[in-house]
Amino acid sequence: MIAALAFYLFAFILIASAVMVVTSRNPVHSVLYLILAFFNAAALFLIAGAEFLAMILVIVYVGAVAVLFLFVVMMLDVDFVQLREGFQRYAPIGAIIGGILFLELLFVLGAWQFSANAAELRLSPTPEGVSNTQALGRLIYTDYIYLFQASGLILLVAMIGAIVLTLRERQADSRRQDIAAQVARSPELTMAQPVLGQGIRREDILRPLPPPAKAAPIAHDDHGHGSHGGGGHH
Amino acid sequence: MLTIGLAHYLTVGAILFVLGIFGIFLNRKNVIVILMSIELILLSVNLNLVAFSSSLDDLAGQVFAMFILTVAAAEAAIGLAIVVIYYRNHGSIEVEDISALKG
Repeated sequence: MIAALAFYLFAFILIASAVMVVTSRNPVHSVLYLILAFFNAAALFLIAGAEFLAMILVIVYVGAVAVLFLFVVMMLDVDFVQLREGFQRYAPIGAIIGGILFLELLFVLGAWQFSANAAELRLSPTPEGVSNTQALGRLIYTDYIYLFQASGLILLVAMIGAIVLTLRERQADSRRQDIAAQVARSPELTMAQPVLGQGIRREDILRPLPPPAKAAPIAHDDHGHGSHGGGGHH
Repeated sequence: MLTIGLAHYLTVGAILFVLGIFGIFLNRKNVIVILMSIELILLSVNLNLVAFSSSLDDLAGQVFAMFILTVAAAEAAIGLAIVVIYYRNHGSIEVEDISALKG
């Protein structure tokens, strides 16, 4: 009774949020409704008894994929009003194709039945007295170990691919820190104690040359960085 | 009506699937929403697999659903990376402009 009410509640919210995903004006709202849809689908999984998959759905989808969508939507500065121009034009054909597909699915739903020996044909029956997570683990690490490794490889390839695609070459003239050069700079550094009030000239430390008068502001700007490198050479 | 069976889950899955297809047609220009619609479709497939697995007491369906989750996560990551580099090169993500392959 309570499970049935919970099922109807979660299914209704799932379908409503799916409608909002495809029709909302702002893609940020679409992503947020997608997150809501994932949460409700996880609740439906829980009602069906697949608790491990429900948790995976929340962790992987809400925690990673939906947040990735959110990042990309917010990172790209896209004119979303312009992107919605064909909205009314494509709505009828989408509705027609969707309606036909839904009718076909309803026909399938109304006409199918289990074969008489479906129970004997089960690939891996659910063991008794074992929690869902434990049973899945026993199955994945024995019968499906190669597929499990292959899915890990797919994730690895996807990660490498995403990094390779979005990696940007550094510009050649950017001034970045070179730690090896800093460490190997001058091994014979000694501490000096300058006499107070005498300036640093008598310690044989030369100031950098005064910048040319024309490019004064820019030269002043990298004065501080330049003096480090200059000190190393002297 | 008050006992939840396989047909309930299949109906929800079918509605979700159709909504995903509808979303692809509705947002022809916005590739990000198209990717989200594909996620909805994969979610409905997962719902079907879990419903059958629970109804038949066969855990293989849940294993399959887990592999689908893996592939869907990889697909979303690669797809969004492609969207980002396309936007970086062209300054827009309109699907109808993407015709460099003359397909």
